[in-house]
Formats: sequence, structure tokens, C-alpha cells
Amino acid sequence: MHHHHLILRVVTKMLVGAIMLFAFYVQFHGDFSPGGGFQAGVIMAVAFIIYGIVFGLDKAEQVFPPWLVHKLVALGVLLYAGVGVVSMLLGYNYLDYDAFSPHHPSHGQHWGILLVELGVGITVTGVMVAIYYAFAGRPPPMKDEDW
Amino acid sequence: MIETFIEIGLFAMLVFTAFAIVKTDRLFAVVMLSGVFSLLSALLFVALDAVDVAFTEAAVGAGISTVLMLGTIALTSRTEKKSSISSPLPFIVVLITGAALVYGTIDMPNFGDPMAPAQQHLAPEFLQGSLEDVEIANVVTTILASYRGYDTLGETAVVFTAGIGVLLLLSGLGRRRKDEDEEDA
Repeated sequence: MHHHHLILRVVTKMLVGAIMLFAFYVQFHGDFSPGGGFQAGVIMAVAFIIYGIVFGLDKAEQVFPPWLVHKLVALGVLLYAGVGVVSMLLGYNYLDYDAFSPHHPSHGQHWGILLVELGVGITVTGVMVAIYYAFAGRPPPMKDEDW
Repeated sequence: MIETFIEIGLFAMLVFTAFAIVKTDRLFAVVMLSGVFSLLSALLFVALDAVDVAFTEAAVGAGISTVLMLGTIALTSRTEKKSSISSPLPFIVVLITGAALVYGTIDMPNFGDPMAPAQQHLAPEFLQGSLEDVEIANVVTTILASYRGYDTLGETAVVFTAGIGVLLLLSGLGRRRKDEDEEDA
């Protein structure tokens, strides 16, 4: 079906991996450099969206099926809120990360921030990909000549 | 000194882009120009040392929104509908709002003023606590995820709700149209 756009397809294949790696870097290096869950989530979603744009929605949905995307949308919020619930069960305030390491509060803070940022990243990835699927999955498909 | 020139140049480019967006009829060009607008804003945020905000603006404003807007014009129309009545009212409203905003900036403290009220209350505590209590170098991350964890939970819930809302709207319509097609067949 997609026998045209050879350069785009080759370049996309090379880029997708690098984009995902960069998303993970932004996600987990947010303690030291700009970035965090929101930015990383968008970048991760972009990797799937660019794949969907170049190779077609069907291929993208094979890699990252819509049911999984929809689950991730909720999973991120649950993870974030769950961190708060766990800290409450440990006898601290809601979202007080000191609970995770009472003897080294800063370690607890690191764990808490890592987990809630992961929650943010998962939700943002899910929402962005889900919205893209919703837009791209609707008729009428745009012909290349129309641009 | 050089920073001032860079900022003035960026602001001038922003204004030109905004005028181009208003003047263009072809929506494809408008979407691309709004991407340019976002990228220029991101550069301005970098010039103001707000790298986290710049990062978000570049990723969301210039990246994802452009794709979603392209998706929208693929579903709708490629040219803007000309409005038949041209009224001076919107221009007057914009002019008055702009003048009020400029008037408001007269009372504001200078950019980066350490004596500004916003820098006095909690900011010193956060700046110190980020390194001493939390031991994280990026203060933005500390404030976002720890000191203001409730706010960020709320923001995540907003993203979640917005996503669900868009999904409900779009998938509902798609199913209805498919049903109609099947009835036709």
C-alpha cells in the first residue's frame, strides 16, 4: 500500500527508537535536567504517532493496540493516586513521600517523585495516543494529492 | 544587552507570525504557522531561563497540537470560511484588552527582581529545601512532584478527563456514522 515516501519510511524507522529513548531519558532524568512526566509522555506518544502517520493507523494499532492505550490512560492516574494511598497506609499524610524511607526522607522523596512522574508520563502518553487514534481513525481519509 | 536584542527579535517574529495566521485563508498554512508560533514562544521561554516550560511548549504546542490540528482539518475543511460581515468590534475589544494588560504591567516588579513578592514568601524555602531535604537538583521537579504534589495530581486528572471527553465525543460520532452507513447499505 505504502510504496511511496521511501525516504520518510527509512528515516522514521531510524528515528522511532531514538525518540523513545529520549522520552525515557526525559522521564527518568527529570530530577537533574529539564523535563518530567508531562514532557516525556508527549515525546513517547510522538514516537507512536509518527509511526502511525508514516506507516498507517493499522500498523500503529498493531504495535500499540487501542485497548492497551485506554487502560494506560487510567493506569497513570491510579498509580499517582495510589502512591498517596500507600503513604497514608504507612501512617503519613497523603502524598508525603517521606513514608517510603522513614530513616532517609530524601530517598523516600526520590522514590515518590519517580513513581508519580511515571504515573503522569503513562497517563499523558495514553491520552495523546488515544486522541490521535480517535482523530486518525475517522473517515474521510485524506488523500496525499489534497495537500 | 545581547539578550534584549534576541528577545525583541523573537517578539517581533511572534507578532509577524500572529498577523500571518490572521491573514492566511489556507488552514494548512495556518496550522504550520501556529506551530511556528509555539516554537518561537518556546525560544522566548528559554531566553527567560524557563527551560521546563519551554520544553513543554515545544513538545505540546509545536508538536502534538500541530498533528491534532492537521488531523482536524483532514476531517473538516482545508480553507477558512470568509465571514460576510466585517465589524470593527473585535478589533476594539482586542485593543482595549491589550491596553488594560499593558497598564497592568506598569505596577509589576521588574523581571527577575529578587525583592518581588513572588520571590519572598515560599520561594526561598523551596529553593533551599530542594537541595537539602529532597536532594534533587531540578527545583521545578521538586516543586511539581513533591511540594505541589496535590496540584500535579489534579493536573493529571485534568489530562485524564480531557482525554476521556475527547474519546467519548469522537468515538460516539464515529459509531453513529457507521450505523447510518450500514442502514444505507
